[in-house]
Amino acid sequence: MALKNAAGSKAEHFDDRRMETIMGRLLQVGVLLASFVMLAGGILYVRTHHGETPSYRTFVSEPQTLRHFGGIAHGIASGNPAAVIQLAVLLLIATPVARVVFALISFGIERDKLYIFVSALVLAVLLYGFLKPQ
Amino acid sequence: MTLFAFSGLLFLGSLFAGLLGALTGLGGGVVLVPLLTLGFHVDIRYAIGVSLISVIATSSGAAAAYVREGFSSVRIGMFLEMATTLGAIVGAYLATVIHTQLLAIIFGLVLIYSALVSWRQAQNPSSPLASGSRWSDKLELSGTYPGPDGKPIHYEVENVSGGFGLMFVAGTLSGLLGIGSGAVKVLAMDRIMKVPFKVSTTTSNFMIGVTAAASAGIYLHRGLVAPGLAFPVMLGVLSGSLIGARYLVRAHVSLLRIVFTFVVLALGLEMIINGVTKWL
Repeated sequence: MALKNAAGSKAEHFDDRRMETIMGRLLQVGVLLASFVMLAGGILYVRTHHGETPSYRTFVSEPQTLRHFGGIAHGIASGNPAAVIQLAVLLLIATPVARVVFALISFGIERDKLYIFVSALVLAVLLYGFLKPQ
Repeated sequence: MTLFAFSGLLFLGSLFAGLLGALTGLGGGVVLVPLLTLGFHVDIRYAIGVSLISVIATSSGAAAAYVREGFSSVRIGMFLEMATTLGAIVGAYLATVIHTQLLAIIFGLVLIYSALVSWRQAQNPSSPLASGSRWSDKLELSGTYPGPDGKPIHYEVENVSGGFGLMFVAGTLSGLLGIGSGAVKVLAMDRIMKVPFKVSTTTSNFMIGVTAAASAGIYLHRGLVAPGLAFPVMLGVLSGSLIGARYLVRAHVSLLRIVFTFVVLALGLEMIINGVTKWL
């Protein structure tokens, strides 16, 4: 009985290890991609606004258009550098979300009902924060 | 100051914050928000918004290196993320109703607390292995990690509900202040659940990114992520923390660590004094 348990847990952790290796790569690729987009957006932003004096002393909300997916896509199409930066921000936020999606799929393959439930719940909370209308 | 100079200085400042965060193990956000508010006179709400983004970047950027070591536990992380993400949403809502000066004061207190925890961690890094509770196996939180001789060491966790509750608090602080609250996460796992030190620090790194992502979307929707701040700060903090993780941690840094702990303590006091004087 004890032997069977040990063997079972070994196999399970081998799968967990692989899952974590792939997830680590996933995060790295996501952050790399976001950094490139961020850099490109930043260069464009400095070129467009170079003469201005920035002030963030008091809170003035960002334009409504740059807070939602549609607005950001529209801004990129019309060549707005701030929209490119916001795309990088979206990519960055999406990276850990993708990790949870991947974990959900992996637990599905392992048929681990408890952790399918746990990761689905975490994903639901993340999506609520990400997609929630004002 | 022109935009070019402003962005350049922000990049350098954020690089420094990232280095400091990696060195003290506190994460970039803890130094970044005081730097932006005290140094660059940025409204604390903007500072928090952009800090959350940097926290996600550093957490994801360091992930591959942490995975290679083979200590992190995806199950402990996922289980506790239920608490931290819910907390983060609550924190993001609280941020709208709390006065900005009070926000600064709370931030200062968390900063001082974090410095003290990091200090204690450096003096006394390992806690004894837990006896384990019946929930440890039921919730599949028990696991193994590679020992010094390559043989896997089995561990169990205890006081799951206590750890879960404290993780909710950690998530709330993260959503409220835009930090990873690594210090509270390590406290919950290390001291309360008795997760082995290496497992708790690496697992906490993953959790920080997921927790920050839960509230970052809300900050973005509210217009609190300013593009002009986001690009120099995110790129700066990420580069700083990667450099810090690669080079500084391996070097002999005990003296630097002492100095930086005092820097963080001073920043915390300054945030509190600043908040109190502006409020009254």
